[in-house]
Amino acid sequence: MARIFAYIEHKGGVADDSAAELVAAAKKIDPAASPTAVVTGWGADLDAVCKSLTASYAEVWKIANEALAYPNGELVRKALAKVLPHDSLVLVPHDHFGVDLGPGLSIKMDSTFVSDVVAIDGLDGAFLKVVRQEYGGQVSTHVRCDVSSGAVVNLRPGAFKPLESPPANGKVVDKSSEAGALTSGRRYLTTVVAEAGDVDISKQPVLVSIGRGIGEKDNVAIAQELADAMGAVVSCSRPVVDAKWLEKSRQVGSSGQTVKPKVYMACGISGSFQHLAGLKGNPFIVAINKNPKAPIFQVADVGIVDDILEFLPELTTKIREL
Amino acid sequence: MEILVCVRRVPDTAENEIELNRAGNDIERDDLVYSINEADNYAVEEALQIVAKAGGNVTVVTVGGDDDEEVLRREMAMGANQGVLIKDEAFNGSDGKGIATILKAFVQKGKYDLVLTGVQAEDGGAQVGGMLASLLDYPFASLVNSIEVLDGKKLKISREIAGGNKEMNEIDLPCVLSIQTGINEPRYVGMRGIRQVASLDIPTFGASDLGVAASSVGDAAAKVKRSDYFVPAMGKGAEMLQGSREENIENLIGLLKAKGGLK
Repeated sequence: MARIFAYIEHKGGVADDSAAELVAAAKKIDPAASPTAVVTGWGADLDAVCKSLTASYAEVWKIANEALAYPNGELVRKALAKVLPHDSLVLVPHDHFGVDLGPGLSIKMDSTFVSDVVAIDGLDGAFLKVVRQEYGGQVSTHVRCDVSSGAVVNLRPGAFKPLESPPANGKVVDKSSEAGALTSGRRYLTTVVAEAGDVDISKQPVLVSIGRGIGEKDNVAIAQELADAMGAVVSCSRPVVDAKWLEKSRQVGSSGQTVKPKVYMACGISGSFQHLAGLKGNPFIVAINKNPKAPIFQVADVGIVDDILEFLPELTTKIREL
Repeated sequence: MEILVCVRRVPDTAENEIELNRAGNDIERDDLVYSINEADNYAVEEALQIVAKAGGNVTVVTVGGDDDEEVLRREMAMGANQGVLIKDEAFNGSDGKGIATILKAFVQKGKYDLVLTGVQAEDGGAQVGGMLASLLDYPFASLVNSIEVLDGKKLKISREIAGGNKEMNEIDLPCVLSIQTGINEPRYVGMRGIRQVASLDIPTFGASDLGVAASSVGDAAAKVKRSDYFVPAMGKGAEMLQGSREENIENLIGLLKAKGGLK
């Protein structure tokens, strides 16, 4: 079968957590697979990452180029398309970088692309069988992908549990010369760090978190009143920030803050994986949503099917009476 | 600036509970409320704001069927100058690459400085924009959450990366950008606005108009296919409080006290 490559994200000389998840995913494709890590970058950081990866990968392909010092998806795509055999299976984390890299890479390698895979059922001849989610996780689909000419497979971060495995004692193979000169019509300038908000939701023990179900800006007060009564702070999911009802600094999720409260009240939040990715430390989760099919009920400890616009004010009143 | 925005009509997850159909080969589509894909609507608003400053025209295009005209008209009511429907039986069953192949042919028939898509469709994979850019050999950026026109030849954009941080880039035109939700505040469209564009002509393009080989698109060319839909096992799942609202509130307060949720 075709060779499996795992694209390794890294920062400051340290591989991303996804590096171990990609090995686990490769074993789901073929239990006998020994995936090859492919790492792009520059300088001492790149060398440090490659060295650390030899503990878990039998072979590590290094592509060093000053233009790759910052992982610009446009340049990484060009490098990979030149260096990797085009019939390979290339595993990529489906995050802000993988979304940039993966779809176009499949075109440049003339292979198949499958996005945001949450589970892999294995190979069936030339077909890779995977599971994807649609409509914010409300339904899932089994998907068959013809990988006979290779594929780029974007994998959901956190969906593949790293395996315990013996040290690989791998070797680093320098492929830098095969990438050649790299230029792009998109040039990285700088990274702007998010502004801190009026409260740091990442340090709060109790969060009253609101989602699309809050309906309109004026209703945010309903959540604030409950939070005041509970001694809690209001946070939210992405649609509330998109609609400009709350500041970005209040957003829980992969594109917002990572929080680790003791108690998390998810009110009118459907529970997308991007939102749940920001929820750490195993909090006690209460979900209140009028849609009984909302994915949040799968991860919550306690669920109530109700309209938050009616439920929350009554809850606030009762708590005030305590 | 000539801007093309690729849009889709999708079931509105804010308005529907998505369920399986009886055969398990699709979602139940009877009585679904459809709307413009949310990220696509932000993309159209962004295009309108760019031409308001820099001049030019906004064209909205969708690959679909006659039902999809309604989202084109909605975006024309917002201010898009032209709507285009791409439809052909040969396009049915296309995967992401098939759709990108069709859009590439359409882009090459015009002269666009900038092509926008939404970052992802409700039932999609955040893939068509990136594929389209690579097919066209245009620069691409995903998850774009601000755009500034620097001159006639390039843009300054930011991409949304982890933790709410922004990655700033300069990108040459022509290029393809996938637009993240929240980039702007899309303008309201009322019934009156939709009535005003109700009789405007929406040209239709098929495979032969675009010079797309039937073998490169549609079901036959699709390498990624759904075999079925299912609802995954719930894992542990929440303990559902199923009393009256009053009982639920009482139970919840007890639980919150026990778990340290009340001060």
